Amino acid sequence: MEGVKKGDFSAEDFMSATIDRIKNIDDKVHAFLQINSDAVEQARQIDKKLKLGEKIGACFGMPISIKDNICIKNSKTTCASKMLENFIAPYDATVISKLKEQDAVFVGKANMDEFAMGLTTEFSAYGPSRNPWNTDYVPGGSSGGSAVSVSAFECVASLGSDTGGSVRNPASFCSTVGYKPTYGLISRYGLISYANSIEQIGPITRTVKDTAFLLNIISGLDANDNTTIDNGSQDYLSEIDSGIEGRKIGIVKEMMGEGIDSSVLSATNDAVSRLEGLGAVCENVSIDMVKYSVAAYYTITATEAGSNLARYDNLRYGYDFPVEGFEFNSYISKARAKFGPEVIRRMILGGFVPSSGHAGKYFLKALKVKSKLTKEVNEAFKKYDYLIAPTVPILPFKIGEKINDPVSLFLVDINTVMSNLSGIPSISIPFAMSNGLPIGMQMMAKHLDDKSLLQAAKALENTVHLPEVSI
Amino acid sequence: MTKIGLEIHCQLTKLESKLFCSCKANYREHEINSNICPVCMGLPGTLPRINQKAIEKATLIAMALNCSTPEKIAFFRKNYFYPDLPKNFQITQLNIYGDTSVGGSGMVTIGDKKIRISRIQLEEDPGRLIYEGSSSKNQITLVDYNRAGTPLVEIVTEPDFENPKQVREFLNILSDLLENLDVSDPSLEGAMRADANVSIEGGNKVEIKNIGSFHDLEKAVHFEITRQESLHSRDIPIIQETRHWDDKRKITISSRSKEEELDYRYFLESDIPWIRIGKEIHEKLKLEMPESISSKKERYVSKYGIPDQVANVLSSDKFYSDLFEKSHTENNAKEIANIITTDLMGLVDTREKREQSKLQPSHLNDLADSIRSGKLTRTSAKNALYEIVKSGNELSQVISELDLGNVSDENELLNIISQVISEEPQAVEQAKSNPQTVNFLVGKVMQKTKGKADPKLTLDLLKKELG
Repeated sequence: MEGVKKGDFSAEDFMSATIDRIKNIDDKVHAFLQINSDAVEQARQIDKKLKLGEKIGACFGMPISIKDNICIKNSKTTCASKMLENFIAPYDATVISKLKEQDAVFVGKANMDEFAMGLTTEFSAYGPSRNPWNTDYVPGGSSGGSAVSVSAFECVASLGSDTGGSVRNPASFCSTVGYKPTYGLISRYGLISYANSIEQIGPITRTVKDTAFLLNIISGLDANDNTTIDNGSQDYLSEIDSGIEGRKIGIVKEMMGEGIDSSVLSATNDAVSRLEGLGAVCENVSIDMVKYSVAAYYTITATEAGSNLARYDNLRYGYDFPVEGFEFNSYISKARAKFGPEVIRRMILGGFVPSSGHAGKYFLKALKVKSKLTKEVNEAFKKYDYLIAPTVPILPFKIGEKINDPVSLFLVDINTVMSNLSGIPSISIPFAMSNGLPIGMQMMAKHLDDKSLLQAAKALENTVHLPEVSI
Repeated sequence: MTKIGLEIHCQLTKLESKLFCSCKANYREHEINSNICPVCMGLPGTLPRINQKAIEKATLIAMALNCSTPEKIAFFRKNYFYPDLPKNFQITQLNIYGDTSVGGSGMVTIGDKKIRISRIQLEEDPGRLIYEGSSSKNQITLVDYNRAGTPLVEIVTEPDFENPKQVREFLNILSDLLENLDVSDPSLEGAMRADANVSIEGGNKVEIKNIGSFHDLEKAVHFEITRQESLHSRDIPIIQETRHWDDKRKITISSRSKEEELDYRYFLESDIPWIRIGKEIHEKLKLEMPESISSKKERYVSKYGIPDQVANVLSSDKFYSDLFEKSHTENNAKEIANIITTDLMGLVDTREKREQSKLQPSHLNDLADSIRSGKLTRTSAKNALYEIVKSGNELSQVISELDLGNVSDENELLNIISQVISEEPQAVEQAKSNPQTVNFLVGKVMQKTKGKADPKLTLDLLKKELG
């Protein structure tokens, strides 16, 4: 937004061009569920303030897309579900109020897997998003619409949410930066919960600097979210070019195992040698619990989802459905019939794994894996400043190719869920291309080392030169 | 042996706001569905925001009931579908994964009887269902969410009660204690609710749910014991079941719902991180802890020589004991206790009357001093008190307006005494032979002076006149 700041062009011009672009290409990629029809007018108001010499927020009318599970006052927030097709949020999420204060403009609500349950955005009740690098391919998920909109220049940045990789995975598949901060760094107030003990809102941007810029605005203590951490108003942008000379990096063995695509493997080796070229010391490290992490992840998320999604009974909000004339139990099963198949699958699981008689075998065991994994991760960070692994061990695949193959989707999760289960910050940056499809590289740091992680990611990013999307 | 255990739900009505948002904890004065916000309505994306005051008040209750208090507490989700539950789970506490509720085991003594408390937990109250329509066919259910999220403390006892009388005594002690702690007003409708479990010798445990007041709780327990005993005497087995209290018909009814089979899938509420209640908070609460009712009573007896019975009544009611504390001096304490328990309690016996009363502690002080100095008789003081409660005027003003000052002028009194002597020859004869009966004549003098005659002076003069 330097151009608006300097006066090279107006916020309105920039917004008009952005909206035009969305109108021209979004039917090809389907990043958006709704477009903000007031966006251009809102940009015009910012120009007016600028002309009058009034104080302007740091965003200068920056066009931002918002995943449709984050509430914007007076606008529809559907979670890409038919259950919430008429839910209009009566309040702003904390991240939204903070961005509004800084004069950001929201261009629209981004597509996603229904209630953020999925890895490909194919589980949206309103149709899948498509990968702008090849529209036959999935963009990743669940924040697929967010990553597509940034990658395809339909906005400058987006906010997604990351429960098990939902920001980093689509960022990797669409060649954008995707950031999952330390648990508690960004307020979740206004983010519709899927698995609240491990998820975070995270920025999706084209550069690491843009992510640091947004993090400065949206992070920090929030009275409305008791899990937020006081980060002392840390400035993530200053010293971002500190480099990584002398830093120690662990290459996670379990994230480079069976099934990894050979181009992803060689890209990772390339990343390691570049980091070494920048003065870092890289070694292999083993985190044993990673192999149980996906099973633990699904057990915990299903349990929490079963509870978090229980409130959708259509008594107070939701979709048009007459309440009268039912006995309560039959009403409930009728009213909740609009959930999609993946949501239903996970809620059935969520009813089972924590139930009495089964909790010991499933839910409590999953919690044990979580705490053991966290211990191992903390142990690794005693030795290393960062960990590295490909964000996803395989390349993007075609729409429809794996939707009915949950077991092979396992590989899509394995490298990302660890950060959620242990609460550590994690970033995916665009790193390479293979046959026209993007490969993302993931770096992780210890709890609350977000600033240092962004410095490392910036150092690696400086070595990367990739083409722009051709759509 | 009959065994009775209680689960008592007590709203923290003295708190300003709800447990997880800033809506009013006192929902009673609001129009239906107007004391609500996105948080207590459980709207998508909202998160609970814990009310620290509620944790402190609940801990205070735990300490007053001699419960153990853990250093860290946690909240859990109890998952079930019900229309009054906005999130379809209730945020509550649980002790199955270690002691993480505000209170662990504790003890209350009723005379020689010890009642063990098993735990105390803090949780949110659901909304309220309103049923309209007469027959079950056209009945509609409406939901008022004003109450949803009100802080509720659940006190669970072991099955240590043997009869309804012990239950009543416990409830009296408990409601006085809650009032004394200034956490709750037990007289508010719905502020105290309870479940009970009852089993008689040779029978199974029966749970009674949905008892809406302490008054009904005793009745419900009584009904249930009678019901079970009558089954037992006819050799009909008492099955283990859940019954509901029907507060219109005052009976318990078997619930057909499979409530016992519900699996609540409890798990940690991670939106509220573990909360440390460190030594410093315990110390702070100890300082805030009001003097207990029993120690108040002891002090009234030993320090001021107030009779046991009077001290008992005075100490157990916060309204009166607060008045007493604010008004008395070392010298007039006994007299003030007397005024409160014999005269004032009859004048302000309801919540409305208490609220309307204009009486200030200084009034009581003035009244007691006037009695002690002989300026007012007890009867006049009672009349003055009646006037002060209504008007709030100063005692001196009330005395002159109602002409309540004592007749202590010897000549005036002698006049009246000679009148009485001439009118009551029989009583005079009697009094001469039996000095005990002189009080009858004193009473006559009082009648003529409308109770204003200085009683001691009257007696002295009468004795002199009678020789």
